[in-house]
Amino acid sequence: MKAIVNVYLKEGVLDPQGKAVHHALGSLGFTNVTDVRIGKQIVLQLEETDREKAMKELKEMAETLLANTVIEDYDIEIVE
Amino acid sequence: MKKLNVSILQFPGTNCEYDTVWAFRRLGHETTLVWHKEEQLPETTDLVVVPGGFSYGDYLRSGSIARFSPVMKAVQAYAGEGGRVLGICNGFQILTEAHLLPGALKRNNNLHFISRIQHLKVVNTDNAFLNLCQKDEVLSIPIAHADGNYFIDDETLDDMERNGQILLRYCDAEGNPMVVNGSVRQIAGVCNADKNVFGLMPHPERAMESILGSEDGIRMLEGFGFA
Repeated sequence: MKAIVNVYLKEGVLDPQGKAVHHALGSLGFTNVTDVRIGKQIVLQLEETDREKAMKELKEMAETLLANTVIEDYDIEIVE
Repeated sequence: MKKLNVSILQFPGTNCEYDTVWAFRRLGHETTLVWHKEEQLPETTDLVVVPGGFSYGDYLRSGSIARFSPVMKAVQAYAGEGGRVLGICNGFQILTEAHLLPGALKRNNNLHFISRIQHLKVVNTDNAFLNLCQKDEVLSIPIAHADGNYFIDDETLDDMERNGQILLRYCDAEGNPMVVNGSVRQIAGVCNADKNVFGLMPHPERAMESILGSEDGIRMLEGFGFA
């Protein structure tokens, strides 16, 4: 089973990297961009075949290690 | 002064442990380096120091992997019993990741690695760490970090301010608040509610000799021997 965990800074937590990229895009003439947020994508291969069990385990991984929930949110997607 | 047994942790990627050993020995304390695979701290430990560096290459988030090293379980237990723990720079990041200190450290606002001598204002001295400093005095201490942008929600921060948990703020030479890395309310160091776990981004162990730019670190690190 393949799963993707996306981790990004919470709404309201300033994203300095996103801000810098937003600024750079503006300098390149991409003036339609109103906001840029940068996150991390963590791709996992799992041996688990039970979707529900996998989801539970992935959530635990995200809460303990993959995201720092003081500043970050995450979402989990099981892709295959 | 009470002579202390200082246990200084060492993770793969730690690089300030020998400066820290030297600083505490200069103050007359005994030091022991403790490898991260150890499951116990030396029995005589009076103070644990988590020194600076780049544990595990700062992968995922600074401090996020080191926090699961075997020795950190022992540090959790030690701190839980009221033992004193000091985290410097990457050590501060590890202690926040381990939830031994509130908040988190994000990438600096300007995205730069900032390395320079920085003025700091002492905010609270009613603790085992800064008890030899004067409230509102301005210290001069090196900083060297990319992820020092302290963040915590306003409500918790207000509680911390009321409880005297803010240790240091970035400032200019006159003590006026100064934005250095984007930290909320210019915070450079904090402690936990029980005031036995301390963390700061600046490096007092690098400010032990006036010939190297500052000896203000002496007054900071000396505090533990008098508390």
